Amino acid sequence: MEKKPKNFGYSVTRDRQIDFDANNHDICKIVTKAEPTLNLCISCGSCAATCTAGQFTDFSLRQVILLLRRGETKDLDKEVSKCMLCGKCQLVCPRNVSTRNLVIQISKALCDNRMSAS
Amino acid sequence: MTFDLFVLPFFIGLLFLLGVLVVKYSRWIAMMDASDRVKAGMALFSFSLLKTIKEIFMESLLHRRMFKRNPLLGFMHMSFALGWLLLIVMGNLESRVYSGGHINPPYYPIFLKFFIHDKRVLPFEIFTLPGFFRFIMDLILLFVLSGLVLALFKRTRSKWFGLKRTTVHNSFDKWAITSLWLIFPMRLLAESFTAGIYKGGGFLTNTLGSFFNLIFPLEYLAYPAWWAYSFMLGIFFVTLPWSRFMHIPTEVILIFLRNAGIEQGKYPGSFSEIEINSCPRCGVCIDVCQMNQAGLTGSTAVYFIRSLRDQQTDVQLNSNCMMCGRCLEACPVGIDTLGLRVGARRVDNKGIISDFSYLMKQPLIKKKTEVVYFAGCMGHLTPGVKRAMLQIFEKAGIGYTFLDEDGSICCGRPLKLAGMQEAALKLVSENTVKIKNTGAKILVTSCPICYKVFNNDYKLEGITVMHHSVFIDNLVKEGKLILRPSALKAVYHDPCELGRGSGIYEQPRNVLKQIAEVSDVAEERANSLCCGGSIGDLAMNAIQRNVIRDNALNILCQSRPDVLVTACPLCKKTFDSGNTIVVKDIAELVADNMEPNKLQLHAAELIDQQCVIS
Amino acid sequence: MEKHVVVIGAGPAGLETSASLSKLGFRVTLVEKEEATGGHLKKWHALFPTLLSGKDALESITKELNSTIKIQTATKITGLEAVNDYFTISGHNGWQEKADAVVLTTGFQLFDSHRKEEYGYGIYENVITSADLEELFASGKEFVNRHGNKPERVGFVHCVGSRDEKVNNLHCSKVCCITAVKQAIEVKQLLPDAEIFCFYMDLRMFGRHYEELYKEAQEKYNIQFIRGRLSESTEDHEGNIVVKVEDTLLGKPLRIKVGLLVLMAGMEPRAGTKSLTTMLGLKNVPDGFIQPVDEVLRSNFTEIPGVFVAGTCSGPKSVSDTLADARSAALAVADYLKS
Ligand SMILES: Cc1cc2nc3c(=O)[nH]c(=O)nc-3n(C[C@H](O)[C@H](O)[C@H](O)COP(=O)(O)OP(=O)(O)OC[C@H]3O[C@@H](n4cnc5c(N)ncnc54)[C@H](O)[C@@H]3O)c2cc1C
Ligand code: SF4
Ligand code: SF4
Ligand code: SF4
Ligand code: SF4
Ligand code: SF4
Ligand code: SF4
Repeated sequence: MEKKPKNFGYSVTRDRQIDFDANNHDICKIVTKAEPTLNLCISCGSCAATCTAGQFTDFSLRQVILLLRRGETKDLDKEVSKCMLCGKCQLVCPRNVSTRNLVIQISKALCDNRMSAS
Repeated sequence: MTFDLFVLPFFIGLLFLLGVLVVKYSRWIAMMDASDRVKAGMALFSFSLLKTIKEIFMESLLHRRMFKRNPLLGFMHMSFALGWLLLIVMGNLESRVYSGGHINPPYYPIFLKFFIHDKRVLPFEIFTLPGFFRFIMDLILLFVLSGLVLALFKRTRSKWFGLKRTTVHNSFDKWAITSLWLIFPMRLLAESFTAGIYKGGGFLTNTLGSFFNLIFPLEYLAYPAWWAYSFMLGIFFVTLPWSRFMHIPTEVILIFLRNAGIEQGKYPGSFSEIEINSCPRCGVCIDVCQMNQAGLTGSTAVYFIRSLRDQQTDVQLNSNCMMCGRCLEACPVGIDTLGLRVGARRVDNKGIISDFSYLMKQPLIKKKTEVVYFAGCMGHLTPGVKRAMLQIFEKAGIGYTFLDEDGSICCGRPLKLAGMQEAALKLVSENTVKIKNTGAKILVTSCPICYKVFNNDYKLEGITVMHHSVFIDNLVKEGKLILRPSALKAVYHDPCELGRGSGIYEQPRNVLKQIAEVSDVAEERANSLCCGGSIGDLAMNAIQRNVIRDNALNILCQSRPDVLVTACPLCKKTFDSGNTIVVKDIAELVADNMEPNKLQLHAAELIDQQCVIS
Repeated sequence: MEKHVVVIGAGPAGLETSASLSKLGFRVTLVEKEEATGGHLKKWHALFPTLLSGKDALESITKELNSTIKIQTATKITGLEAVNDYFTISGHNGWQEKADAVVLTTGFQLFDSHRKEEYGYGIYENVITSADLEELFASGKEFVNRHGNKPERVGFVHCVGSRDEKVNNLHCSKVCCITAVKQAIEVKQLLPDAEIFCFYMDLRMFGRHYEELYKEAQEKYNIQFIRGRLSESTEDHEGNIVVKVEDTLLGKPLRIKVGLLVLMAGMEPRAGTKSLTTMLGLKNVPDGFIQPVDEVLRSNFTEIPGVFVAGTCSGPKSVSDTLADARSAALAVADYLKS
């Protein structure tokens, strides 16, 4: 399947739709394998509410998880780079998602992906 | 006669070993930072060398730390190390004496009894006993053999040696140890056979030799026995550089470098290589590691270090470790197991980008006070601790600034433990600016994780960092805070980062003892257990953590206390989730049991009087 | 001879089971550990979805009991054993009975909200639980927070101690969503000027007329529903509670001050129930509720013939669910004793 060129930025023509079929789902698969608790997230938002980084910047682990699961992985590395690994999220997550390892695994998978692309 | 073909396996093995060691050592020296090389060079000519020699004697030979752990285990290791060294030293002396002071080829003392069957009483033996060397050499051999017997026992009766679990060795190590174990019985046989033929030897070899002579045709057996002895030595030397016995020549270097003030570098390098090679895989670190309970025995320090040496590192192995420091505390070689783990994680997590540029626009707090309080990220999830601290400040009349009242910037230790040093440093510098700006003299924190990193990695000149337990202890000592005894029965849990990590054991206990009756716990102070909630671990799942937590709770609650007291928000939350006992932070217990001091009593009276009037 | 059934626990489930069994012609003893019967129902001021008074509900359930039913209150069970085809049951006060069948109706325990320390119960005065709120309603006192003020904003936190593996409760307590809606309406009725917020993960309006009540809460009372689970709360200098959630539908963290925060504490299996099931030798399951042999087809039967279960001790239920379950248990017992 050919990848549609995507239009990011703020133009009015920005494609608002998640093109699920065109998106890259490999990264999610890799991360799920490395940290299976990814699948347990119920999007409650506690992690984002408590997040140390989230007090200062627009960063929500809950959203990162959803974007990953939808294959929306572009710019995701910028998001996870904001995490301080403080572990508050892990302490509040009602589903015992191993959030810290999740962040690490997402970063790694994206990094490997970048390397193999370049 | 000074040569026979049978010495060749030994001799070739020895030359090979020396060759490999020269190559390895040169590589390590080459890998060293220039500054470390200078340090090492200077240490060769400084007093630290004496310290090194003493330490080598105490640890590598006498195995003092092993003895402390378990006398039987210590004796076993000592008999091998010291015994073998004595065999070599005394053997050399003996060979000199018997060969009239000549310099002999290196194999000569080892196989002396093959070459010399002398039964003379030497001149100096008039002052000692006749056949002094024969006696001494047999005695030393017996000493080594006693260690061997113990080692065999250890296979099936490891509990006698204080070990529940022993290391599961790979096949290479099994070869090496088999040859090592056979060296001494072979020597015994060879020497006894020869003694039997020539009616020589000391009390052991002579007796055995005479006995064997009765039943075996020794003239045929002696020569093969010398061959076998030589072969075992040869095999052992050839396998040594790739087996765990590499620790024998390496540990000495490690002790020297450590005393020279050399430390692990940021990335795995020369020093960590030497540490890795110094691990004898003794397995002392296995039992102490709580990861066993979670079925993660394969990630304990010994196997982790082996994976590094075999260059078969595995992300799972690197990530699984609570960094509790129990193995470090127990390790008889003093290998910095935690540092190695962080080093491995650095490699694993090298590609991860961290970007904290969003922190740039942080407002600075203007208020100037003597004391600045930092609750820490975790502290915000334990409001009971926060509130208690604020109440204590009020009660003791301490003016304070609550630095992270509206939320913290993480102290950076979690990143550091994940091997992301550079990212951690960014947080360190952000927090440093914030802390320094307050102009405070004392930084009080409720989180031992923060405490440790503030102390070790922050440059906070002029500011004393205190964990709140220490701060409270000081307040009590200065009479600023008066505590009221209660009827509570308590136990105290030493948080890893506060106890083993920072050496603070007594202050929280001092405080607690004024409030409650404190019972001892089976594993406390330096042996304290990890609560299982550690942020040091990256990969453990909740089920595994809960098993560790519940086992720790079991041990802590053996005396059926009313309350489990700790001094770390993370320990508190972790134990709390076990739902077996009331868990309180030391600060909460203090806040619940403070007497109003005189000034406050007076103020309260005034208010009461006003109430009566109005 | 008249067969004898012992029912353990005199909440709605135990009362209804006893009444039904008695009507079916069995001799019944109802054992209760407390002084009074009625279970949790005696604490509830008004019931969802109709706002029927809890007191009236309890009265009408109790009215069905007849005088042949022996009610043994203030009795803690110390022994419970299957002997051949009957059971021996004994209490701490020397009370002892033989029974042909036993029905367990020991109910639930309210989650202890102190265990969610980050929510501030027991630390901040203006954090209370749904049960505290029922008590406040029932007291008829003026509706003020612990600082004596009429709160301008009231927050309800869903799923406290439920759906939370950090407190070892994975299950949903089923009734707290609708209870929050009901209580939000009641608060709004008492404080028409107040703004009311419910912080939820999912709104589980599973029963008839529950969705209608939810709609009424929106339509008539302007109650705001914010999808986000509370991570922690703090107290400001005036004693207000500052709540932190992520508004997950907007994807933004949200901070909001409320004058009163109500925690919708969930249902947990009772600690004491476990000792009863252990005496009987019933197996323990991870969620801690009593496990029927088949949740769909035989929800009142346990693995042990002659031991039955009804009400919330086998999982969260509303009062009407509980009563239906109790009557169904009575029929199951009758079936067993007649065969
Ligand atoms: C906050 C809240 C509000 C609610 N509001 C409503 C509502 O508005 N409408 C509605 O339909 N439902 C409501 N419910 C649900 C309702 O409370 C339950 O459905 C009902 O109480 C279940 O009754 P039960 O008999 O199963 O348990 P319980 O009410 O818990 O009764 C159990 C009884 O057994 C006794 N017992 C326990 N163990 C033993 C033992 N070992 N020996 C002897 N006796 C024992 C107890 O003392 C108790 O009396 C609410 C629940 C909560 C948590
Ligand atoms: S670990 Fe990262 S995502 Fe989790 S709370 Fe801390 S900063 Fe936020
Ligand atoms: S706290 Fe856990 S369940 Fe909730 S959104 Fe975050 S990861 Fe998902
Ligand atoms: S790390 Fe230390 S305790 Fe563990 S096996 Fe090696 S030397 Fe022994
Ligand atoms: S630091 Fe603790 S968890 Fe890690 S290996 Fe050592 S004992 Fe085990
Ligand atoms: S050490 Fe813990 S509490 Fe302290 S700032 Fe870091 S994560 Fe937060
Ligand atoms: S009923 Fe609602 S509030 Fe209660 S546990 Fe279920 S989802 Fe949460």
